[in-house]
Amino acid sequence: MSKKEWPLWEVFIRSKAGLNHKHVGSLRAADAEMAIDNARDVYTRRSEGISIWVVPSNQITASDPTEADALFEPANSKIYRHPTFYDVPDGISHM
Amino acid sequence: MVKDLSIQELEKRFQEKIDKDIKIEPNDWMPDDYRQTLIRQISQHAHSEIVGMLPEGNWITRAPNLRRKAVLLAKVQDEAGHGLYLYSAAETLGADREETIDDLHSGKAKYSSIFNYPTLSWADMGAIGWLVDGAAIMNQVPLCRCSYGPYARAMVRVCKEESFHQRQGFEIMAHLAQGSPEQKAMAQDALNRFWWPALMMFGPNDAESKHTLQSMNWKIKRHTNDELRQQFVDVTIPQAEMIGLTIPDKDLIFNELTGHYEFGEINWDEFWNVVKGNGPCNKDRIDTRKKAKEDGAWVREAALAFADKRQKRKSA
Ligand SMILES: [Fe+2]
Ligand SMILES: [Fe+2]
Repeated sequence: MSKKEWPLWEVFIRSKAGLNHKHVGSLRAADAEMAIDNARDVYTRRSEGISIWVVPSNQITASDPTEADALFEPANSKIYRHPTFYDVPDGISHM
Repeated sequence: MVKDLSIQELEKRFQEKIDKDIKIEPNDWMPDDYRQTLIRQISQHAHSEIVGMLPEGNWITRAPNLRRKAVLLAKVQDEAGHGLYLYSAAETLGADREETIDDLHSGKAKYSSIFNYPTLSWADMGAIGWLVDGAAIMNQVPLCRCSYGPYARAMVRVCKEESFHQRQGFEIMAHLAQGSPEQKAMAQDALNRFWWPALMMFGPNDAESKHTLQSMNWKIKRHTNDELRQQFVDVTIPQAEMIGLTIPDKDLIFNELTGHYEFGEINWDEFWNVVKGNGPCNKDRIDTRKKAKEDGAWVREAALAFADKRQKRKSA
């Protein structure tokens, strides 16, 4: 018996028109077509989606969680990127 | 940098995250014991979903009408999905899918002992949905808040799907209980056989449960076995009374002071005997799973060969 397993796929579902595809889980399938069919059966049995993306898991590059502090630090110090940073005088509207 | 930290410091930070209810994700640092505990628990859970399809699969072709048949089929199909979500969650921890399944087949890995009891009549489909899925829900709802992200997310999906499982079972029981004397006797007989094994599903008493404390500290577990068992008894007894069935426990009494039911001694010898592989259907269940894997091997290989061929044709 061969020890070769079906590759792992990550599944993304668009739940309705106008929304992003969102990661819902993973599954194994011999190829992309089968991955779509299996994702339909496994992740959309109760009308959870109108569109499916499948991506081979080994094609995903993830940021390193141990580097997260350094990676996201620049955003922390730039509070002027948020509207709450600014004083708006009373009486000003539509802003 | 995390790479330079001592194990003690890493463990301390890990526990701080847990204490603050920050979820652990697959690539995060985690103690080896945490990983191993989760792999064991999640794969055991996955095996239970898959083996759990067999007792009910036994009745699909003999369901009393088309509606019942469609419902049972949908329910069993859900359980296959639950198995898949859980095997996938175990894989995020580095468990090899095939090895995990082979561990089930070799007897190294366990699954819920409830599935080692036979399903002798149609009423057993009612008892299983009502009691077994009911007990499973009791266990799984707190797992939606488990500290390990992929397991918690899988449990959210599972719990959403479980609620119909219990209702369809209760509906079967309620119908039979209101039917002819023979039908009512059939429902009572199913309750008699499944009641105690359902209580055993929550595992050994707290005093005997060696992993509980650590699992609670890691927030893998949120309640002890005895707490969950008591909760199950308290909600289930009024349901049985409502449909006119009798819980097979002569020691059962309601304690006005505590507001809880007190129930009789569980037969732990029976429990351990079934866990050790000597239940009525242990051998049959594993043989069926092994046969399914072996008989399906050529299909999996053919699918890969076909995918290969299609890929080559595309790139040619
Ligand atoms: Fe399930
Ligand atoms: Fe279920």
